[in-house]
Amino acid sequence: MKLTINGKAHEIEVEADMPLLWVLRDELGYTGTKFGCGVAACGACTVHMNGEPIRSCSTAVGDVEGEITTIEGIGTPDNLAAIQEAWIEEQVAQCGYCQSGQIMSAAALLQTSPNPSDDEIDEAMSGNLCRCGTYPRIRAAIKSAASKMEG
Amino acid sequence: MGKLKTIARRSFLIGSVAVAGGAAFGVYTYKKPYANPLLDDLAEGDATLNPFVLINKDGVTIITPRAEMGQGIQSTLAAMVAEELDVAWESVKFEHGPAASAYYNNAMFAAGVPFNEFDKSFLAETLRSGMKKLGKILAIQLTGGSTATIDGIDKMRMAGCSAREALKTAAAERWDVEAASLKTENGAVINPANGEKLDYREIASEAADARPATVPLRDPSQWKYLGKSMPRLDMPAKATGTAEFGIDVRLDDMLYASVRTNPKLGGKMRSYDAAEAKKMPGVVKVVDLGDGVGVIADNTWRAFNAVNAIEVEWGGAPYPATQAGMWEALEKGFSLDPLNTLRDDGDVVKASADAPDGITAEYRAPFLAHSCMEPMNATALVNGDSAEIWTGTQAPGIVEQFAAEALGLDTEQVKVHTTFLGGGFGRRGEYDAAVHAAKLANAVKGKPVKMTWTREEDMTHDFYRPIALGRFNAYFDSSKNLKGFDAKVSSPSPTYDAMGRLGFPVGGPDPQLTEGIHNQPIDIENYRVYGYNAKVGVPVGFWRSVGNSFGGFFHESFLDEIAHHRGVDPVEMRLQLMANHSVAKAVVEKVAEMSNWGSKINAGSGMGFAHTLSFGTYVAQVVKVSQIDGEIKIDKVWCVADPGKVIDPQNFEAQMMSGIIYGLTSAIMGEITFEDGEAEQFNFPDYDAMRMVQCPEMEFATLSNKARLGGAGEPGTPPSIPALANAIFDLTGERYRELPLNKHIDFV
Repeated sequence: MKLTINGKAHEIEVEADMPLLWVLRDELGYTGTKFGCGVAACGACTVHMNGEPIRSCSTAVGDVEGEITTIEGIGTPDNLAAIQEAWIEEQVAQCGYCQSGQIMSAAALLQTSPNPSDDEIDEAMSGNLCRCGTYPRIRAAIKSAASKMEG
Repeated sequence: MGKLKTIARRSFLIGSVAVAGGAAFGVYTYKKPYANPLLDDLAEGDATLNPFVLINKDGVTIITPRAEMGQGIQSTLAAMVAEELDVAWESVKFEHGPAASAYYNNAMFAAGVPFNEFDKSFLAETLRSGMKKLGKILAIQLTGGSTATIDGIDKMRMAGCSAREALKTAAAERWDVEAASLKTENGAVINPANGEKLDYREIASEAADARPATVPLRDPSQWKYLGKSMPRLDMPAKATGTAEFGIDVRLDDMLYASVRTNPKLGGKMRSYDAAEAKKMPGVVKVVDLGDGVGVIADNTWRAFNAVNAIEVEWGGAPYPATQAGMWEALEKGFSLDPLNTLRDDGDVVKASADAPDGITAEYRAPFLAHSCMEPMNATALVNGDSAEIWTGTQAPGIVEQFAAEALGLDTEQVKVHTTFLGGGFGRRGEYDAAVHAAKLANAVKGKPVKMTWTREEDMTHDFYRPIALGRFNAYFDSSKNLKGFDAKVSSPSPTYDAMGRLGFPVGGPDPQLTEGIHNQPIDIENYRVYGYNAKVGVPVGFWRSVGNSFGGFFHESFLDEIAHHRGVDPVEMRLQLMANHSVAKAVVEKVAEMSNWGSKINAGSGMGFAHTLSFGTYVAQVVKVSQIDGEIKIDKVWCVADPGKVIDPQNFEAQMMSGIIYGLTSAIMGEITFEDGEAEQFNFPDYDAMRMVQCPEMEFATLSNKARLGGAGEPGTPPSIPALANAIFDLTGERYRELPLNKHIDFV
């Protein structure tokens, strides 16, 4: 089975019904994508498939078509994406566990809606749980990233 | 994870004996300092004197030995050291460090004295100071009870100060000048006389042997970092998916595992049939854990599938099978002698007999799961006579001890590596997952095993926030003046339960049973609070703000009922009851001003107030709600806190915000119920949390009228719950006395 992750081609031998999450985490070592619930209820495992946000815990690897992007493909500590800079400036993360998924959902939102309204943010982000309660700062960071990316 | 080890091997540890024991500062004179735990990992030729400061060719690494579970504590602790050590914030590196006695938490024990926060009596202060000594003697490394900042504020500054003075002494010897004539700045010692400069890295090894003079800690007026909002050191890693949580640990030749234990908690495993599971793809081994069964495989998902395919016959639960049975156990609790009488002012019995008027109310709070975003997990590697555990834990020393016991090893033979925690909230003070990982790894010696629980295993095997039942009576004279307040709470003690798991028999009152009630800064002529340790049997533990999470709800809801009965404004009434408590009054006045309390608000809106003093911090909140098509929407929360000095304002605000959202989540929808002895909630669809669309706007202020430093992680939670219930009463006229509130009314 062939997979393209963050622009890199991978060849893997696994059951077609293995969730993409566990291929990423255990088979390929992309541990930035998190396991939270296994039933697409918390958003911690959010990645992009051809730019669209999907829940990798509930996407069979056999159903993957096209390019996968994980948090590692958005930016790195030495080469931050604008959205990650905004996350740092707003000091969003607390425990940080859900934040990969939050950033992936937010990044996808900003692709389709470069200047999202509060309602659009609610709509796009309410599938991502955060038990630390960082929502007000996530909202602020999305708005700040939107203006960065515009500028 | 081996980073610390790597650093230590090519590092010089500097500072002086002053730090661990504080002998040079005359602070901790009652016992010799604990050994520097970093000594174990040092290569020959390296030097180490200070458990908190490492210097190597890459610069300064500060050991921040408290669990980073979201509260930003590692950055705050690092700032305390950096403040005295004079290193640039951008250059600071940090590590949790090993489990060790040197990293004991003494503030946690001082907080355990049965005296109210505002009690400054000789006896209270003497006992607090005595308990700090006990903290050092027991030497338990714990993160919890909102104590890490309080515990660290002197200790960590002393670590920085003594290291700085050691570096100055080393430089002074090289230059043959007086150490006192030298300055330090940005990681270097400077001689102001000639402008000469020595980088800390150049003199670290000499500083390790230095015996510097005693100097006092800097006055807060000189602080550069403390009292300011410092960018968190873990933020870049957490914004890029590179922060390593327990679940992310990857080691060579690692295997993956999962377990199932009896959903009837504490019940036995009678038998199991793993024939099918053993044939499943990737399965390496099925392991009998005694209280459950585990599968080791080559991938976590395969381990999940196989462990779920095992047929198990579970024994019964050692507690009532149904939710109704749980409530009956609490009712029976009231017939025991009270375990706690931590407030008994005046004579409530006489007040009740004399009173022409009274009100009575019964409140209920359910079991709650912690539901950390990161499901419980641990990685273990067992060799012949040693073991290593990698896990996100609030209690690394306890993990070490119980993993050793499970493996038949000495504690010294087990090494625990503490990763970031994907949420803790009290759940990760337990050692259950680490012991399972150790047992699994013991079955495949020489190979590391990463064990991960499914969300369902996590939700159904928590040490829950205890269920609680409160019976409250208030008595009035004929003019409706409040004459008596009588509170009784029946709930299983989390302290007795948790200490029992640690093998410590405990006795005496457990303040947790009635926290948020007996210890509030209000005076009532006749005021009695009884706590009953109900025998329930479901494992319970410490959940963010512990007893305050229900005690605050009971107390502040009932005060609201009293105000309504008397026909007086709830905030005005609080201010009268707080007449002798100026710190409390100030936070209440401030939140009233910010929220425009008392002004006319739109029909269709309601406002509720609550105040709880917990973990040494006074927090007053106002919640504003509105109703849209019958559904309650939380519009805004105003929050004013007085923790004494605010060490990091932006981070403190984050903790208040977090505490409020955690509290409101529980108030709206949090509930674990039992049927047939098993928790009925399995995953987020059954046990959800507040989401972005439900999150209210928030406004914060802090005051610093209080003398002693208070906590941050927990005190935001308790008042949010009653403030919401009181706001709903204000809007709808309905008084809801049983949590969660969505049993009674729908939310947006």
